[in-house]
Amino acid sequence: MKYDVVIGLEVHVQIKTESKMFCSCPNRYGEEPNTLTCPVCMGYPGAMPVPNRKAIEKAVIAGLMCGCSISEYSKFDRKSYFYPDMAKNYQISQYDLPFCLEGNIKVEGKGFSGKKIQIKNIGITRIHLEEDAAKSNHYAACSGVDYNKAGIPLLEIVSEPDIASADEAYAYLTNLKEIMQYGNISSCDMEKGQMRCDVNISLKPKGRKEFGTKIELKNMNSFRAVHRAVEYEIDRQAEALDEGVTLRQETRGWNDERGETYLMRSKESAHDYRYFPEPDLMPVVFTKNDIDNFKADIPELPKAKRERFISQFNVTEYDAKVLTAEKAVADYFEKGAEHTKSPKLLANWMITDLLKEISDSGLNINEIRVTPENLAEMIEMINKKTISGKIGKTVLSEMFKTGNKPSVIVKEKGLIQDTDESSIEKYVDKAIEDNPSQAEQYRSGKKNVLQYFVGQVMKQSRGKANPQIAIKLLKEKLG
Amino acid sequence: MSSNITYKSLTQLADLLENKETTSEEICSEYFDRIEKVEPQINAFIKLDTEDITKKAEESDSRRKAGRQLSRYDGIPISIKDIYNVKGQSCNCASKILAPYTAIYDATVIKKIKEKGFIPFGRNNMDEFAMGSSCENSSYQTTSNPWDLRRVPGGSSGGSAAAVSAGEVPASLGTDTGGSVRQPAAFCGIVGLKPSYGKVSRYGIVAFASSLDQAGPLSRNVLDSAVLLDTISGLDKMDTTTVRDKRDDSHESIVRKSNENLDGFKIGVCHKYLEMDGLSESIKENYMYSIEQMRELGAEIIDISFPYTKYAIAAYYIIATAEASANLARFDGIRYGSRIKDYKDLNELYLKTRGRKLGDEVKRRILLGTFVLSSGYYDAYYLRAQKVRTLISDSFRETFQKCDVFLSPTTPTPAFKIGEVSSPVEMYMADVFTNFVNLAGICGINIPSGLTKDDNLPVGLQILGPHLGEDKILKAAKVFEDNREIKEFIPDL
Amino acid sequence: MNKQKKTIDVDYIAGLAKLEIDESKKSRFQEEMQNIVDYVDLLSELNVENIIPTAHAAQMKNVWREDVSENDFSREVMLKNAPELFDEGTIKVPQVLPGEGTA
Repeated sequence: MKYDVVIGLEVHVQIKTESKMFCSCPNRYGEEPNTLTCPVCMGYPGAMPVPNRKAIEKAVIAGLMCGCSISEYSKFDRKSYFYPDMAKNYQISQYDLPFCLEGNIKVEGKGFSGKKIQIKNIGITRIHLEEDAAKSNHYAACSGVDYNKAGIPLLEIVSEPDIASADEAYAYLTNLKEIMQYGNISSCDMEKGQMRCDVNISLKPKGRKEFGTKIELKNMNSFRAVHRAVEYEIDRQAEALDEGVTLRQETRGWNDERGETYLMRSKESAHDYRYFPEPDLMPVVFTKNDIDNFKADIPELPKAKRERFISQFNVTEYDAKVLTAEKAVADYFEKGAEHTKSPKLLANWMITDLLKEISDSGLNINEIRVTPENLAEMIEMINKKTISGKIGKTVLSEMFKTGNKPSVIVKEKGLIQDTDESSIEKYVDKAIEDNPSQAEQYRSGKKNVLQYFVGQVMKQSRGKANPQIAIKLLKEKLG
Repeated sequence: MSSNITYKSLTQLADLLENKETTSEEICSEYFDRIEKVEPQINAFIKLDTEDITKKAEESDSRRKAGRQLSRYDGIPISIKDIYNVKGQSCNCASKILAPYTAIYDATVIKKIKEKGFIPFGRNNMDEFAMGSSCENSSYQTTSNPWDLRRVPGGSSGGSAAAVSAGEVPASLGTDTGGSVRQPAAFCGIVGLKPSYGKVSRYGIVAFASSLDQAGPLSRNVLDSAVLLDTISGLDKMDTTTVRDKRDDSHESIVRKSNENLDGFKIGVCHKYLEMDGLSESIKENYMYSIEQMRELGAEIIDISFPYTKYAIAAYYIIATAEASANLARFDGIRYGSRIKDYKDLNELYLKTRGRKLGDEVKRRILLGTFVLSSGYYDAYYLRAQKVRTLISDSFRETFQKCDVFLSPTTPTPAFKIGEVSSPVEMYMADVFTNFVNLAGICGINIPSGLTKDDNLPVGLQILGPHLGEDKILKAAKVFEDNREIKEFIPDL
Repeated sequence: MNKQKKTIDVDYIAGLAKLEIDESKKSRFQEEMQNIVDYVDLLSELNVENIIPTAHAAQMKNVWREDVSENDFSREVMLKNAPELFDEGTIKVPQVLPGEGTA
């Protein structure tokens, strides 16, 4: 293509808190309309905002995780515009002195197309804290406003125009989401509106310095929609530029069903927001010491965690990726790893067995009855050959069902591995005696019949015979 | 009996109740009688629910009978400016846009007076959304000054001032954004106190200009204002701009202990004020008289020049209207209040509801505030005004390093006639001595200091103190009150 | 501050503030506002360079509450002042477009 694509994203993320940003109404999703409201979030006369300390702290943590510098002096401002979903007809937001400035996120992984993208630093211009708007429900002849969502703490994360393709936009969003979830800032469930994204996109002839005409895209409800909308716009704008059409600065919406963007408003109707400092709220001032304390609270980022897992626990890159995809899983693994000498084996068991049990059960990892300590204990039993790997599978399902310790299960069910040569020898002798023709095949050179005999030994011993010893004895006896 | 109750102070009524010489029900019914007699001329009340008040009075009386009174003031009525949310009552701010509207919660101040057993006693008229200096901007009625019915009571808490002055109620709660308690108090010959910014919670008081608004009492004497200040002040978790004011003694006891003289007190005055344009002769004379009075009472008088008086009005109108333009945006006919019927879309609903239900002065101020914040003008107006605000605050900080309190006239003229002042800018000049107090966030009190010779109209002296310097202004006001020439300011009604 | 006289575009301002102004009153509003703006222009006489603006009358910082939720107001109470309701649960407004107006 003969154009450079310049994309900047504005991402809104609802912060996970108990209560709303400026009042004590619960921050919850999915309740009956207008049941989570009070004079403050419905903009009643005389009501006043009181900021939620936790939301401010999470905004700062989010900023630190995105490499931002934290302002020592921040304040809230009023942003004025009339709309039914804005109870006061102004939004409490942050204008010139937001909490977080100038950060960046290292973006890697795959785009929506599945293409691996080159590692790239995407700059973060700023992150500020504001209150969410209400929700308008649309009916045939009118709309109905539900203020349950009004006043939920909301982060606005503005990127630099560093993004150059739909795939990069997708990867940026994936990485950002991972950070927000890792930092326990937000659940980022897009279906619940906890993460939303606006796109600023312009094209310019390759190599030219000046930016082209900026188009803002709204109403995309998934990362996939963002990807599609960006692709669509790149084509639309490139076509227009090819034909010599001058683009006008405008806001366009995304129609997911039709797969196209449409004009929402042009620049002429741009807002004049009349920002001014919110007189009802005092400034927020952090000392260097406060900011250092916040830094100590930052959870390890997924990428750093992956690297650490590989070097500290000797797991593969694949293992590390699976184990860190969710913070709770990573925490579980680390906890378990404290109690075993074979973290790699633990990783294998978690990835192939535990996570499967979890996904079959529909639970999440925090809800299961198998504690990391108990799982590690089982790994140790396998390691010490107290039980075989095969028995391990039985033990794990039993642990999953009952929550009992593996040692208890093994004892109760008599599952301890048999390593006594003389007792295994009995099974070996019996197996050879019962299967003379197979023994003949082995002796005549079909060495893979050995597996058959191992199976027979295991069957007779009900899985308890140590397979290595059984193999050794079989080889000796079969000659 | 009427003479027994009407024009009694809060503390006198408390004594009568304590000594079982009267009951809350009797007090309230005396005021009902007084209101029936004078209210047709005064029009100080927008609403008065006598039935509900009587019920509250009976409850108070049975509490007291059982020895469970909430305080010694239990059962005493206080009228309320129509800007406070009192749960279950209308709260119209004298505007059509908030009709109908029923408060669903109590303002913190209302909660506090109820906790002491005071009875919220009717809704006082005001300038619509507290925007005005004469009460003429009410969309309900015009209130008259009890001293001369052809004159305004001042504003915006004009209904409160007129009600107290006319003996319809012992005290009232008003609000002061640029003089709205002190100026009507001066026009009506009563005491009006504007506490330091942050001293009293604003939660539940319909906001005009959030960084300037303060609730304040209007009362017959200094002691009563101190009693009410003790009642309503304090840190509030619902208002993050409230300040902690650690003190050993209540304001009431400070006032009670204020002895007859002001020995050792340093009082700042500004002789330059006497040369000011638009200052009426009677005001000048009274200012000079009051300064002499203070000197005789033992105070050391220090002349201080204050260079920002005329700029303060300009800065005030920029800041107040800017904040108001956002604060009043919520009155849009969506969630509460009035909604016009004939709209075809959302924009028309907004435009017509606000256009038809808001009065002209309110519109003017919203327009001005919108203008000074609009794209391209912010730095030239709003930001500059905020910087001037800094200059004003700094100059007061310096002033109060030289003196304990500062004296000025409260108003440049006595009460003017209804309809007399028509130009907005001219009207804004009525607040020339009061605006800057709110900009600086300091405290001030109006104390009646004389009557004009020609018209027998009250004139007020404003005593200003530093931020949280209420003890000082109350003391100076109390000593002045005890020693001034005219002992009582009671209009001939 | 520049010395040139600023003319107020009342229509634009009234549109921002969502105030319908009677045609008959427009010129009066224009004139009155112009007078006020001319008056407040006197602030340009003061040198305010390097002066820190004051936004609050009391200087405080970091006033906040802990993240605890409570819900004291029922929907019935919160909606009883509403001029028009839809389906008894939401506040009825003229139709708005999805996504329009959101911050």
